[in-house]
Amino acid sequence: MSRIREKTDVCVVGAGHAGCEAALACARMGLNTIMFTVSVDSIALMPCNPNVGGSSKGHLVRELDALGGEMGKNIDKTFIQSKMLNISKGPAVHSLRAQADKAEYSRAMRKVLENQDHLTIKQAEVTQLLTTDDLAHMNDQNEIEEYERDFENLTIAGVKIFTGAVYEAKAVILCTGTYLKARCLCGEAITYTGPNGLQPANHLTDSLKSLGIEMRRFKTGTPARMDKRSIDFSKMEEQFGDEKIVPFSFSTNPEDIQIEQVSCWLTYTNKNTHDIIKANLDRSPIYAGIIEGTGPRYCPSIEDKVVKFADKERHQVFIEPEGLHTNEMYVGGMSSSLPEDVQLAMYRTVPGLENCKIVRNAYAIEYDCINPVQLYPTLQFKRVKGLFSGGQFNGSSGYEEAAAQGLIAGINAGLFIQNKEQIVLDRSQAYIGVLIDDLVTKENFEPYRMMTSRAEYRLLLRQDNADLRLREIGYRVGLVSEEQYRAVLEKKELIDAEIKRLKETSIGANKETQNFLEKHNSSTLKTGSNLSEILCRPEMTYEILKEIDEKREPLPEDVIEQVEIEIKYEGYIKRQIHQVEQYKKMEKKRIPSDINYDDIKSLRLEARQKLKLYQPINVGQASRISGVSPADISVILVYLEHKNKE
Amino acid sequence: MIKTETIAAIATSLSDSGISIIRISGEDAVAISDRVFQSKSGKKISEFKSHTIHYGHIIHQNEIVDEVMVSFMKSPNSYTTEDTVEINCHGGVFITKKVLHLILQNGARLAMPGEFTKRAFLNGRIDLSKAEAIMDIIHADNEFALQIGIKQLKGSVSNKVKDLRDKLIFEIAFIESALDDPEHISLDGYSNSLKEKLLEILKELHKIEETAENGKIMKQGIRTVIVGKPNAGKSSFLNLLVGEEKAIVTDIAGTTRDALEEYIKIGEIGFHVIDTAGIRKTKDEVEKIGVSKAVKFASDADLILYVVDSSVPLDENDMEIIDMTVGKKMIILFNKSDLDTVLDEKEVENLLIQKNHQKEDFRFIKISAKEKEGLDVFEKTVKDMFFHGEISIQDEVMITNIRQQEAIMDTIASLQFVLKSIEDNMPEDFLTIDLMSAYESLGKIIGEEIGEDLVNEIFSKFCMGK
Repeated sequence: MSRIREKTDVCVVGAGHAGCEAALACARMGLNTIMFTVSVDSIALMPCNPNVGGSSKGHLVRELDALGGEMGKNIDKTFIQSKMLNISKGPAVHSLRAQADKAEYSRAMRKVLENQDHLTIKQAEVTQLLTTDDLAHMNDQNEIEEYERDFENLTIAGVKIFTGAVYEAKAVILCTGTYLKARCLCGEAITYTGPNGLQPANHLTDSLKSLGIEMRRFKTGTPARMDKRSIDFSKMEEQFGDEKIVPFSFSTNPEDIQIEQVSCWLTYTNKNTHDIIKANLDRSPIYAGIIEGTGPRYCPSIEDKVVKFADKERHQVFIEPEGLHTNEMYVGGMSSSLPEDVQLAMYRTVPGLENCKIVRNAYAIEYDCINPVQLYPTLQFKRVKGLFSGGQFNGSSGYEEAAAQGLIAGINAGLFIQNKEQIVLDRSQAYIGVLIDDLVTKENFEPYRMMTSRAEYRLLLRQDNADLRLREIGYRVGLVSEEQYRAVLEKKELIDAEIKRLKETSIGANKETQNFLEKHNSSTLKTGSNLSEILCRPEMTYEILKEIDEKREPLPEDVIEQVEIEIKYEGYIKRQIHQVEQYKKMEKKRIPSDINYDDIKSLRLEARQKLKLYQPINVGQASRISGVSPADISVILVYLEHKNKE
Repeated sequence: MIKTETIAAIATSLSDSGISIIRISGEDAVAISDRVFQSKSGKKISEFKSHTIHYGHIIHQNEIVDEVMVSFMKSPNSYTTEDTVEINCHGGVFITKKVLHLILQNGARLAMPGEFTKRAFLNGRIDLSKAEAIMDIIHADNEFALQIGIKQLKGSVSNKVKDLRDKLIFEIAFIESALDDPEHISLDGYSNSLKEKLLEILKELHKIEETAENGKIMKQGIRTVIVGKPNAGKSSFLNLLVGEEKAIVTDIAGTTRDALEEYIKIGEIGFHVIDTAGIRKTKDEVEKIGVSKAVKFASDADLILYVVDSSVPLDENDMEIIDMTVGKKMIILFNKSDLDTVLDEKEVENLLIQKNHQKEDFRFIKISAKEKEGLDVFEKTVKDMFFHGEISIQDEVMITNIRQQEAIMDTIASLQFVLKSIEDNMPEDFLTIDLMSAYESLGKIIGEEIGEDLVNEIFSKFCMGK
């Protein structure tokens, strides 16, 4: 009997947050999609913290939602506490963060996937990537005869799974997370498993290497989970959710999610904790040199914090529920790879945790991933046509970063198959654009986390206007409905009309106005003004202004929010728009993929080598590569112009 | 990075040739020029016909800076195809520089090397065959300008800039880490303390700006190196030039073991003077280093001031000096003219020619550093040499100095924005926008880019995350 050989449009490898978004995007674009996972029971698993969102990560989720992704909707269905962070700061850094009911989150996502047309879920470990040449040399037992590989012309044609079955596909998306050759470390105890003891994927790395793809090894970690009944919450500060909950998804009605929320708890480490850690550093796999992978600086283990910030007397510890139907509590701020006995001793020094019982130990995990400079900003591999990737496999960290890349990889794999132009969000359009541009253009030496400081145009990339920025793109690729798109257009019209009205409504320096201003501790007018100018004053709000704004028509809240922000921060926003205009000029100058940098004699050697390696798609991207100077960019511009005119 | 902003630069060589031309090109060329120029006829440049030239003055704070001729070429009929204004300045090198400075203050950006030509090319003005040559020019000029700019910056200035830059990035990183991790790091009351720190930084920046105005930020001017054997009176002569006791002067030979640097002006001409250790064979390790430095300085010099003790005969150390200065423009200062002279000009001249020096390369002056005599003759001689083109200023150094001044101005403007934002009670995330611009501008002075500085600072200074 011959082995199974099936044909489909897209294969997605992995069912984590990247894999789910990629698979849904492709299926929703009408492409037959198979999603492979080593365990169907762990679809959309949250193996680390029980949150979605947070500073800048919340932005990613909102953007993903505006583009037609699923994460925002799914967390709206399954959150148990919600907070808008940085509410006392400017609107650009407001960011949503929700506590998830982990099990519910997984279950709800699985339900969406299982009911999605064109999508098939398959439990299997993908062991090999197949190119068109591989298929041409394959017999009916799905074995490939030996042949000379042409590395210059690699096109993906499908995958082979552990059983030997082959799934032919026009595009493959790799979202393998932390599963490739995964190894978990808890002190001296080392297990060769994926997160949470799940089966790792040990074969795919070699297949990738055989295609000439360069692999690297990263590590990350997670803290312990504790039995709620063993914790004394009276010694901790209670942390409540917001009174008025803002949904993640633009399609969720806020009124539907004003739920009863659960609390989180805050406590602190102390000198005793730090002493125990210091005394046992030699038993930490990182400090003992057992861990080879590079860990993230922004998400340090407690032993890292104690060593690197030795002068800090205490570190915060957040105790967060893992869900409504479990007693497990997540110990935020104390991830570790110390041995079990040290962990228990150290946790028990923390007020409220004196008698704690550990359900799951903290551990560090090492895994294979790629250096993402091997990808185009579309997330397609430069050297393998039709092969895309997203998530931790690309060297990022975090559920939100993964989901955002998964969505873009999915959309572009779909567009690739449909023979349409793929999308690249630029740095002035979205945090997602910043994330991907950083990954494929800069040298990253650790798992990449989104941060608000990485977005240079963040005043424009607010979480409140993600729909205005991105709905249209989601609509164009087919992930946003006509109705949703029209709603955004209408919203935009209302905003513009109201801003115009406020600017054009003049206000005389009459008694009524002066009284109003005095009443609100605002300086009185010397000459006539308009409503917009008065709204600009720090002490004024749209709501207060109502008193002297007789012709006001009722407007939806989200419209008012935009009007207020656009007017209040107009000066800053205008400056940033001006910067973006300058930036866009360079982004629009495309570099043809067949450019021969050896032809351009005036380039410096270092620049030439870097340009050949990174293969930037436009002059803007080229200018962000370290080692490419402004002079080199000028040279490229003149060269391109020369070529154009020829 | 190329932007289509309005750019300006001195288009002629910076010698004392009488007329220098400043070229301004771009959308705002006319508007910017109108802010500094007053025509005799009272017309604005915007009212001029294209390709006409007009007489008038450059005015700054109601005072005449220079008497000029201004020509206007309307887009697309100019070299760059953009609106172009050319100002013909008459006031010499330093006045031209001042006019350019005013243009920059009024909204233009200093042109990058080769930028006018590049624009001409990109706008289709120059034919294709020249593309290759243009790329080479951009490449070479940029490399050179960059190198010169940083090399010429005085150590004290660049250390100060680095220090201020470190302070800025620390504050930015603090704000950013608090924004990223609001539950771990609080910004309560921070704006006020930031304000104090920024006022301090601004004070320092204004000091640097003043130094820049006086031309002291750069080792600019004619590179002049004082050489001579120990105790010939080099340091005394430098002190005489500078008018204060900078160099340690004793009767003990070998006192100046390292090199001293001074910027002096004789008339309108700037001199960057380096006093070196006395040249002699020595066993003292420290002194040896000083001597080898002196040799190095001499080889880079535009002008050598060779101080000779005329009260004692030439010795082997003098022979050494004469050998290492071949090919250099040199003034030989017969010092200690107050004592009995044993040296004869003619004798020394013959010796020099015998040692391969060209006769037109050196001149003799008698001085007494101790009695402060001979300085007037010296000044007349160097002016003479300058105006006859025997020694010249390096254009590039001058330009990079302007570039650095521009960067300081930008930094100050950005920090003032931050102070304004603090005053307006803006949330902290608005402050980092201009703090970052200030950081970037400061970087331009010492040739450093931003890269991953901020992220690295956040991670190394502040404890973040889960």
